[in-house]
Amino acid sequence: MNSNPHNLVLSTSPFLKRPVDTPLIMRHVIYSLAPVALAAIWFFGVSALLLILTCIGGCMASEMLFEGKVPFRQRTVTDGSAALTGLLLALTLPPGLPLWMALVGSLAAIVVGKIIFGGLGQNVFNPSLTGRAFLQGCFPVPLTTWAAPGGLTDFFTLRGDTFALPFTNPEFDALSAATPLAKMKFDAAGTPLADLFFGNVSGSLGETSALLILLGGAYLAWCRFLNWRIPAGIFITIFAFATILHLANPERFPDGFFHLLSGGLMLGAVYMATDPVTSPVTPRGSWIFASGLGILVVSIREFGGLAEGVMYSILFMNACTPLIDRFTQPRTYGELNTENEPGESRG
Amino acid sequence: MTATAAAQTFRHGIHPGENKELTAGRLIERMPFPEEVVLPLSQHLGAPSRPIVEVGEKVYRGQIIALADGYVSVPLHASATGRVTAIAKRPHPGGKPQEAIVIACDPTSPQTLYNEGALSWEHLNKNEVLTAIQNGGFVGLGGAAFPTHVKFSIPRGKRVQFFLVNGCECEPYLTTDHRIMLEFGDSILLGIRILQKMLGAEKTIFGVEDNKWDAIRSLREKIPSDLPCDIISLESKYPQGAEKMLITAMLQREVPSGRLPIDVQVVVSNVGTVAGIGDMFAYGQPLIERIVTVTGPGIRKPATLMIPLGTRLRDVIDHCGGLTDDIRQVLLGGPMMGTPQFDLEVPVMKGTSGILCLTQSQAPSRREYPCIRCSACLDACPVFLNPSALGSLARSAKYEQMLAYHIMDCIECGSCSYVCPSNIPLVQRFRVSKGLLRMKQAKEKARTN
Repeated sequence: MNSNPHNLVLSTSPFLKRPVDTPLIMRHVIYSLAPVALAAIWFFGVSALLLILTCIGGCMASEMLFEGKVPFRQRTVTDGSAALTGLLLALTLPPGLPLWMALVGSLAAIVVGKIIFGGLGQNVFNPSLTGRAFLQGCFPVPLTTWAAPGGLTDFFTLRGDTFALPFTNPEFDALSAATPLAKMKFDAAGTPLADLFFGNVSGSLGETSALLILLGGAYLAWCRFLNWRIPAGIFITIFAFATILHLANPERFPDGFFHLLSGGLMLGAVYMATDPVTSPVTPRGSWIFASGLGILVVSIREFGGLAEGVMYSILFMNACTPLIDRFTQPRTYGELNTENEPGESRG
Repeated sequence: MTATAAAQTFRHGIHPGENKELTAGRLIERMPFPEEVVLPLSQHLGAPSRPIVEVGEKVYRGQIIALADGYVSVPLHASATGRVTAIAKRPHPGGKPQEAIVIACDPTSPQTLYNEGALSWEHLNKNEVLTAIQNGGFVGLGGAAFPTHVKFSIPRGKRVQFFLVNGCECEPYLTTDHRIMLEFGDSILLGIRILQKMLGAEKTIFGVEDNKWDAIRSLREKIPSDLPCDIISLESKYPQGAEKMLITAMLQREVPSGRLPIDVQVVVSNVGTVAGIGDMFAYGQPLIERIVTVTGPGIRKPATLMIPLGTRLRDVIDHCGGLTDDIRQVLLGGPMMGTPQFDLEVPVMKGTSGILCLTQSQAPSRREYPCIRCSACLDACPVFLNPSALGSLARSAKYEQMLAYHIMDCIECGSCSYVCPSNIPLVQRFRVSKGLLRMKQAKEKARTN
């Protein structure tokens, strides 16, 4: 006799599931970055568009290449994380970068940044920033040559030697311009805050509009796909630290708003530092991570040799994450104050 | 009466869809007696009952047919008048067949109670009330089925300040306790009167989720002025009905790890158990039937039913119009902590709070992704564990290290699995890990002794 005529399925509880999965989160992060990407294309024209497409394609291709023979439905490229890594990497690059270099960066981001650690969820460092750091090491000059922003009128003007062939010397000409941080650091010249806020400055693709990045981040935080404590902690620390320095010596140090709105800080704080894989899971750990990051960013910018320090600050704090998590475990419900409770351990 | 305006609650937890509207508005319906009832000897936590009837013997509804075997055990009563046709292994909701007493119900019998009549309780002392509760076969009706008299025995030197009545019913779909509070208010209040006196509690407090506002209102109107009893409206959130969460939400007290509610001067009972005890003292009816929500998209006519214990699921489902064609899972209990069944010959037992029939769309099998440490599980866990870290430790079989992450404090509510975007079966892994750790500890204990 068949005791199960209805073919009832056995599984374990719970039988309900929140209708949110990893690919959906990745998709939403990508959607929230769409305005930032469009702004980059507005300011930097076809070069930006090509750079974004190259990085996304390069990252997805690298992911597929190094995954081995897996049925398509189980391929990790379908989870959307590689595409997101590519988009974020593109947003950290200068608009005139030759495309072949972007491809090298994509490969490094996925392989060195993620695959060698064991894939999604296992990596210690943010993959996009790993890719960028790799490029910065390999090609320091193209990575610090910035184009001035334009409008839609010169959409088809290339912002650099985009189609340079590998291993040739790319040319950088009259279009290059200094970033606000470089101007501040090396020429002691300020930039209007409104330009910084709306993005009409030279820099990486995603270093332009603070406003759009904040809106994207707010959307993600509202969906609870983003740990709001990290950007909040970074902003508070940087503003406080920079303001103290500014008050001590207004001649030398710019004020807090300038630090918040310039360079890769917005993109870094909202989209890179909050990468859940490489940031602490505990609330207290998130605050520690964020404040450490903020102090490092201002220190590098003000006292280091580089104009910009967001990337290295995030990578450094990524390395500290396991340690931070370990020492900030949440207090468990009913955890005992063992002083008054003799002989009650459960071990 | 101090009515609180804002709903109180505990920290963290989840908000799954409630889906209670299928049955919440329907009166409890009495299910007719089936042809036969199957009464497993093990329907509770603790030692199985010991049968005292023989095959062929005629038994009457409410008669004791198996005795409690020890202190942590309860007797079993015939849930219908009829003849014992077998005492043998029968399908059991736990998965393995278990010894059960099978009674063929007498269709001509009026099914009156064997020992009908009110029990006077005013002059009974504590132990006499506890004995009456044990003899009535009472176990926690919320699902855990722990013998009630053991739970209500207050250790020497401990004091009960509050008796909490749990009417949260935070499991989605279930409306058992909701209907009991609406339709059995008098039984509940009698039960409270008896238990409050027996426990020596200063006050009884009801905790009810605010989605059952009609039950809150109806109970408030019923509470007599001489009874020190209060109702607190709690936020509708899972797992509000878990004992520790309930105590925290209502009294802002935390039960220390590894201890019991009595250590914070509290005793908690499910509202159905209280109503059952009230009924026993009012009519002399032991625990021979219970109220069960039969619901879900997979059943044709959802209902909240009064069902004789031992009625097989098949009979209940037939009474409710049968299963739909796209049925996928049949659960005993709610969707968060229930147990799935594959054999519909298993009976309704004392701890069966619901029969939930799910179709294809509710319980899809999903692809598991790697943990991206998004911390959704940390924000959901009502006992503030780190399921993300525990999950990876369990995956690599580092059970000893899980102890340092307080795995033994996990209440297995499933909130972590519910929220996990990577579809990692977290609570499932924790159950296995806890089982293995307990076995290991028992082994070590045996070796050192």
